[in-house]
Parts: sequence; C-alpha cells; structure tokens
Amino acid sequence: MGKHFGAFDILGPVMIGPSSSHTAGAAKLGKIASQIGIGPIQKVTFQLHGSFATTGRGHGTDKALLAGVLGFTPDDERLKQSFEIAQERGIQFTFEETDLGDVHPNTVRFILEMENGTLNTLTGSSIGGSNILITELDGEEVEFTGVYPTLITRHPDRPGIITSVTAILARMKVNVAFMKVFRISRGEMSNMVLETDSLVPPEALREIEKLDYIERVILIHPVI
Amino acid sequence: MFNTAEELLRLCQSQKISIGRVALETEIKSSGSSESELMDKMRGILTVMRESSSAGLTGEIKSLSGLTGGNAYLMNIYSEEGITYCGKAVNKAIARAFSSSEVNSAMGRIAAAPTAGSCGILPAVIMTASEIFPTSDENILLSLFTASAIGAIIAHSATLSGAEGGCQAECGAATAMSAAAAVELAGGTPEMSLHAGAIALKCILGLVCDPVAGLVEIPCSKRNAMGAVNALSAADMALAGVISLIPFDEVVTAMAKIGKTLPCELKETAQGGLAATPTGRKIAKKILG
Repeated sequence: MGKHFGAFDILGPVMIGPSSSHTAGAAKLGKIASQIGIGPIQKVTFQLHGSFATTGRGHGTDKALLAGVLGFTPDDERLKQSFEIAQERGIQFTFEETDLGDVHPNTVRFILEMENGTLNTLTGSSIGGSNILITELDGEEVEFTGVYPTLITRHPDRPGIITSVTAILARMKVNVAFMKVFRISRGEMSNMVLETDSLVPPEALREIEKLDYIERVILIHPVI
Repeated sequence: MFNTAEELLRLCQSQKISIGRVALETEIKSSGSSESELMDKMRGILTVMRESSSAGLTGEIKSLSGLTGGNAYLMNIYSEEGITYCGKAVNKAIARAFSSSEVNSAMGRIAAAPTAGSCGILPAVIMTASEIFPTSDENILLSLFTASAIGAIIAHSATLSGAEGGCQAECGAATAMSAAAAVELAGGTPEMSLHAGAIALKCILGLVCDPVAGLVEIPCSKRNAMGAVNALSAADMALAGVISLIPFDEVVTAMAKIGKTLPCELKETAQGGLAATPTGRKIAKKILG
C-alpha cells in the first residue's frame, strides 16, 4: 500500500501458468541457477522446501524449475516439456523434499554438478507475485532479486578492492543501483553483490577478473 | 499521476480525456517510454489474451492435474444454441473466461490480469465487449490501460493478492477493471466506468480464496466465469445510468478492511472453505498424496 503502480505492474507478466509464485517465480529461480556455473550442467538436484515441496507438483513447480535451469524464460511454452527436453540434452535431475530451516515457504536449493567436475549451489525463494530473492551462492550468503543485471565478485575482505571494481564500472558508465558486501568473517573472504542499471560489458568483466585478489566474478543477466 | 479514483476522475475531467488516455499519459511520464513503445507492449499482452481466451473454445483443454477442463468447449457450443437464459454474448464471455483459466491450469501461456488466478476475466470481457461494440485495436489497447488504472488504484489502497485479501482481491480487482474497460469500449464516460468498477467490486466483496488442494482450478475457473458476467452486468448498469452511492475509493478501502478481517484459513492456504469440504479434502489427498 502507498506505492504508485504502473500499467504493467497490473497487466502482465505474460507467463506460463498456473501460478505466478509457484510456476513463473520457479522458472526465474532456475534461470538464475543456470548462470552461476562454468560450462554445461551435467546434473541438478532440487531441494524443495515448504510449499514448493507440498503443493509444487500440482503447480508445475518441478517442471518450471528445471525449465529455468535449461535456460527457458517464464513465458516459454517449452516449460511444460522440460523433463523430456532435459533428458534429450542428457541432463540428469532429481527432486528432494527438504527442510531448509527458517526460510521463506517457497524456497529451493539447487545443487548443480557441472560437466567440468565443479559443484555449485544456489538457494532462492519465490516471495510473491513472480518476484524472487536469492539468498545463498556456493554456501555463502548473498542477496539479490534478479531484476537487475547482477555482478557478484568474491575476494578477500580488505580495503581498496571494492573501489577498484566500482572504478572500472564507473569508467564503463555502468550505474550501480544497489550494492551489498557480505563477508564471511573479518579479514576472510567476502562476496560483493552489485545490481546495475545496465549490463556490465564483457571488457569490464575481463578487467575485473584480472584485478588482484579477485577470486571469482559471476555476471547474472536479469530474468523478467 | 493518480493513486485514487477521485484523482483519476479529476484528471479525466480537467483534460477532457478518457481513463485509458490518462493511464497511458501517466505511464509515458513515469516510464520514460514513448506512446508507441507502450502501445506495442500492451499489444503483446492483448495478443496473449486473444490466444488464451479462444484456445479452449474449439478443443478441450485439460489441466495439469487432470482435475478440470473442457468447460470452455462446452460453453462455446451452448452459446450457439438458440434459447438460453444469459444469451449468446454472455455465454460466450463465460466460455472465454473458462478458456484462459483452462490454458493457465494446463501450463499454457497467459497474461496475468492482475494475477494468474484471475487471468480469465479481463480477456473474456474485452473480447466480448469489442465484438458487441466493434472498434479499432487502438481503442481496445486503451481500454486495457483503463483496466490497468483501476487495478493500480486497488493495488495502491488495498491488495491484489489472494493470500492477503482473498478472492475479492484477485477476481474482485479483475472484475472491477473489466467493468470499467467495458464501459469505455461502449462509449461511456469515465464517471460511468468508475461506477461500473464500484458496482462490480461491491458484488464480490467478502469472497474468500479457498482453492481445493491449493491448485488454481477449483473454484477459480468458475469464479473467473462469474467475474466476467459480473463485469458485463455492472457495465450495463452503469451505462443505463445506475450509480454506486458508495464511491469507488471507499469500496476499495472496504475491500482492504474485509481482507484483513478474513481468517488465514480463507486466504489461499487451502485450509478452509471449499478446500476443507469432504470432497475437497479427498481430491487434495489424491493429488498431493
């Protein structure tokens, strides 16, 4: 209440039914998960929590989550056939009912096994409408919505690193809309999450990757 | 900019333009997009609405759960019969509302209006209204902006979420939005549109959200059908000169208050109402195990 709503807050999104939170939101979560690893995905395990576990199947939550991992958007009619498409592409998938603790009722944890042998995890919730919130990446706390292009850097918790990253963005005229730094503990590693108004260009990404101390950079394209 | 019906009406009257036009101008200012960009964006939504509201008329669509479906097909055949209570246009609107609902529960593509659960009402009313009062695509797009303005007012002062306000928030908003748009398509004034919106919303106040097995099927598809009929009858009342003595903004506030008063069992949790009937529970057990 209180906020002004625009025409397209009311009409749309165009989406595959039946539920904005359990289907469209689920597809968005999957699409974010599809972007965190390097190279093709070999196997994905979905740990379903709360309402995602109990009423998910009737809403096609499982199909939508997998479709997102395959890279489909929430309005893609292939959502319905995601199981078959994953099988054709040789991607294994399993669903588990889990208690992820004190989290939003519509929460899923993705465990992604990549073809190169690496393992990535991501936890996110469908928080109402088709809005989502990512809360965990590779076992560490993060927070972003997927509405904006999102840059996530992992580096030691020490002075100057944040400035060197944002200086590159400033030079490339990329405006930062929201920014948060999550450190595991003082002086240890930390994750910086930058939600930007425009997509970070590839040359900026390469420069950031080359910075001292930067251990990993992930760029996540927005999912709408 | 407007957040209430009173502000919206003042803008319409001072600029002597329709609700749809005010909503479009407001959107141009707030989004920074051009008129043609916004009309194209709305055309994308209209295209999906046209498809979803007609897909179930010619062939039976079954839901993902297998529980529901085929009603759009039945109603479309029935609408062609000579003698019925509601007449061809209204029966066709029912068929169309069923169609989008069925597409939605079969994992097909729909446009939320304002939600996925209530996605059948606005397309059914818009398609039916523009068939009865033939008009340009541009005017149909403007009527969707009209609908969005009504939805924006409800979202501002109440809620559009069944989990917060019950079915009166979802199907209630959709039916009010549709009634206002239908009046505009018939050539009614902005004031008439707001009376139609108020009348439509008044008639759905208090409706709970009690989906069987938590699925968007029982009773959602029927409530979409009734929401379309409610919108068309409210539009006809307003066009005939019937007014709502309680102004639109006050009806919206009443809806918000009623929504807060509803117990949690009746707000999309599938714990009360039809979901808690013996048959509702039996279906839930079968579906969810």
